[in-house]
Amino acid sequence: MKKNRTSAGFKWILKMAWRDGKASSRKLMLFMASIILGIAAVVSIQSFSNNLRENIALQSKSLMGADYIIDSDNPINQKVSGIIDSLGGANGEEISFASMAAFPEADKTKLVRVRGIKGDFPFYGDLETEPKEAGKNYQNQNAALVDATVMLQLGITPGDKIKIGNVIFPIAGALKSVPGSSGVFSSIAPPVLIPYKFIEESGLVQTGSRIDYKYYFVAPPEMDMEKLDKDLDPVLDAAEADLDTHTSTSERMGRRYENFGRFLNLVAFIALLLGCVGISSAIHIYIKEKLKAVAVLKCLGASRRQTFLIFLTQIAAMGLLGGIAGTAIGLLLQQLFPLILDDFLPVAVDVTFQPGIIFMGLLLGLVMSVLFALYPLIGTLYISPLEALRVQGKRHKKSKRAGILVLSGIFLFIFLFALWLLEDPQYSLSFLLGIIITFSVLAGVAHLFMAAIKKYFPTSWGFIARQSLLNLFRPENQTLILVLAIGLGTFLISTLYFTKDLLLSQASLDDQASSPNMILLDVQQEQKDSVASTIENNKLPVLENIPIVTMRVESLNGRSVNDIRKDSTSGINGWILSHEFRTTYRDSLIPSETLEEGIWKERSSAKEYVPISVSRNFADDAKVKVGDTVSFNIQGVLLETVIGSIRLVDWSRMQLNFSIVFPTGVLEKAPQFRILTTKVPDEESSANLQKELVQKFPNVSILDLRQILSVIENILNKISWLINFMAFFSILTGIIVLIGAIRTSKYQRIKESVLLRTLGAKSSQILKILALEYMYIGIIGGLSGILLSLLGSQLLAYFVFDTTFIPSLVPFIILLPGIILLVLIIGLLNSLSVIQSPPLEVLRKEL
Amino acid sequence: MSKILNVRNLTKTYTSGNKELTVLQDISFEVEKGESFAIVGPSGSGKTTLLGLCAGLDRPDSGEIELCGTSLTPLSEDERALLRNQKVGFVFQNFQLLSTLTALENVAVPLELQGNKDASKLSKELLDKVGLGDRFHHYPSQLSGGEQQRVALARAFSNNPSILFAYEPTGNLDEETGKKVVDLLIELNRISGTTLVIVTHDMDLARKTERILKLKGGKVIETQKIG
Repeated sequence: MKKNRTSAGFKWILKMAWRDGKASSRKLMLFMASIILGIAAVVSIQSFSNNLRENIALQSKSLMGADYIIDSDNPINQKVSGIIDSLGGANGEEISFASMAAFPEADKTKLVRVRGIKGDFPFYGDLETEPKEAGKNYQNQNAALVDATVMLQLGITPGDKIKIGNVIFPIAGALKSVPGSSGVFSSIAPPVLIPYKFIEESGLVQTGSRIDYKYYFVAPPEMDMEKLDKDLDPVLDAAEADLDTHTSTSERMGRRYENFGRFLNLVAFIALLLGCVGISSAIHIYIKEKLKAVAVLKCLGASRRQTFLIFLTQIAAMGLLGGIAGTAIGLLLQQLFPLILDDFLPVAVDVTFQPGIIFMGLLLGLVMSVLFALYPLIGTLYISPLEALRVQGKRHKKSKRAGILVLSGIFLFIFLFALWLLEDPQYSLSFLLGIIITFSVLAGVAHLFMAAIKKYFPTSWGFIARQSLLNLFRPENQTLILVLAIGLGTFLISTLYFTKDLLLSQASLDDQASSPNMILLDVQQEQKDSVASTIENNKLPVLENIPIVTMRVESLNGRSVNDIRKDSTSGINGWILSHEFRTTYRDSLIPSETLEEGIWKERSSAKEYVPISVSRNFADDAKVKVGDTVSFNIQGVLLETVIGSIRLVDWSRMQLNFSIVFPTGVLEKAPQFRILTTKVPDEESSANLQKELVQKFPNVSILDLRQILSVIENILNKISWLINFMAFFSILTGIIVLIGAIRTSKYQRIKESVLLRTLGAKSSQILKILALEYMYIGIIGGLSGILLSLLGSQLLAYFVFDTTFIPSLVPFIILLPGIILLVLIIGLLNSLSVIQSPPLEVLRKEL
Repeated sequence: MSKILNVRNLTKTYTSGNKELTVLQDISFEVEKGESFAIVGPSGSGKTTLLGLCAGLDRPDSGEIELCGTSLTPLSEDERALLRNQKVGFVFQNFQLLSTLTALENVAVPLELQGNKDASKLSKELLDKVGLGDRFHHYPSQLSGGEQQRVALARAFSNNPSILFAYEPTGNLDEETGKKVVDLLIELNRISGTTLVIVTHDMDLARKTERILKLKGGKVIETQKIG
């Protein structure tokens, strides 16, 4: 024979796929639903991340308010001043610092970020104010612009007063947005804009104050920002200043949000994978039902390729439709994100539809469904036409090679998709391994469970209990897929819950009496006694009174910092060379410190080579060890020191920690300021103390840790809302997979229940059998998911958060019963027709 | 008359567990073109296996089959499928209609596989012939057993086959319906001049053919010519 195929072409295959699919549409719809949600989740996150990145890039100039900035945490030196002149002079200037502000009308005080502005800043973007003209007029009116949220919280209106240091300003308007104030930090110290000329008069620029100096520039359009950054940044770095261009800032900001987006995307991708496992299981049953039809088609002359293609086309079409539906839902969903994340986002995000993302959604639907359906589909190739005549006892086994190839294809695709998202082969490989391990553990648990029941079958149990256990490992059982779906969903949710716990426990305050919850910064040496007595007069304790001496590293082991900077091979971290260290002196270690190496020196009278203690991270970054020498510049005076000990510092504790600690007896006479801490019992005494302190000591900044904690909690709540939102997709997908799995095995169940009823079983007995079966599956799936997440969180706590993890009981007492109940309800609702089918109807079909 | 089916020294064994089971042993026979022929025997005599081998649905362990002048031995599975599509028709015991296709679509499948552009028109004519002109768009589940077998007959004749294999065509029908279906089968066969091979354990049905091959325990025990 010349040709070995019939004349029917692809058109016929499409026709057959359509005819068959039409009649099986309800089953196929359910398969499709399994991937729609996963794709919707991936598309919405991916599309929103892209939109956010693009919007940040587009609005980079208005985010910064200028083309580039030179900034420093010190008054600029001659060299920097020379560079600024050579650039044609700055177009605007700013001095900013944190300070307490008093609002006389409201009789309240608040920590704010004072920003003294000179020039027409911002040069791009707007000062959004209420009333609108306030942004333009506050400079001429010698007035202040106050953060809109603060005004709302304290009940202040334009025209009221604000007292900053020694100056009282009228409030020109509420500040809704200003370039350079990011959401998170402005909730701790909200911005207040005042004219630059009043900074001096405020009297707040004193020793120890953390002050930021900024010079804003507008560049000619032809200026190459990257080149400017490359040329100037190292020079400015050496002169203790810094250059930020609008492009580099927006890239940095974009990256920060992108990382979070990637994490969410992986969560969404897991939901999609879960849906795909559901597809694979459902297609397995679907194809099994179609094998007879395949044999008949082969009898009638259809080739292996033709019959294979009919069902492959069906699956591909289903995947594509799922992709279209998922993409459409995803694109609609992303419109919600700007509303939810409003405070978080640095820019107003204009959501657009991107062809690339739409293509990705469609491709994901197509590739994922075909990949996961391929192995069951291969079965059609091996079915013999002889099966049309009778049921064959022995079936051709699918080739092992084909199975391995399909599995490799799936792994490769997961890896490539993760690589595309994460752009890091190592992380992508870890993600793939994590997925394989999680799936394997859950599948292993399901298999072990089934094997254990088989081996130790409780023959003495009653009929109902035995029958429900038997259902778990009968032919075409759905135990594996159900345990996978339930286990993975539970695993995701409880891991998210435990992680949130971990993050919050790190940030929370110790409730012990000795733990401070209010920190007073920038207390001048001569104020320390009167500030302390003010605290004590309020019947509050002064818990700590810590001296602070600021200094910079001058040389390490005799090598000057300038020399080290020039040597690109030194390996010494840049911050060591340019940072202004806030050091302290004391005679003992504090609870957050442990001595790792050397000897702790309580007191020293040495004039040279003073033995100091440095933190482990300082030692690592500066590449120094015990016995090495470090020379410090304390406001012009050089002091030689030798590293006497290295401490391990737990920086995560809400406590004042230091990289460098001197022994007593050395720095007492150096220029210094103080930090005092106290513990206030409630809101009212906190407000009273703050008010009195601001009145008496306007330069002192007050950090109310409880307030900061509530800001952190608020942020975490929003993040966890978003993560829960993603986990919700997994759960919903899990539910659909669950419904799908129950539906596909429904006919089998109907047959069994009809036989049981014919033999005399009551409906209530059948209901009990089904309920018990779902309860077992719910328990084993939910429990293995939670235990797996317990292990995952333990690893996370150990390796990432470096803390001990004490799991809360919530997942066990709320999540586990909840999941079991959900499985039970869904299982029974979908099995109602099993109980309601009249026995004769089924028996007749069987005859 | 030329031979349309030529079976020589056919042997087939199956392995069940550790045991080897010889289902067919040294079977040889011939069927003339246009002849009607029955293969009969009790359950387990090897009827189904013999039909499967003759129609190229399976491969023998040894022996040779020539169907419509083509030796089946060197043909691949797809080549045998093509041969079936062009020259062979099938009627099954349990009808084997594709449940997701309508009556008309079921009949059209063999024609469509041939790439016949008039598949739908020809299928309608055939369904009219078997008395189902008003059932074109019904699904198998909406038809009675007799109606389903009539659709199967229309499908079997749709590709104008040279040889038609009927496997227990009345096995799933009551006596009266079975009789009607057999009459229709013989009538259609007479009109189209197709060679008919019926596999059955029903001797009454077998006697309606020209020749009977009796099988027992995998061996031919008798070939009987009907007057």
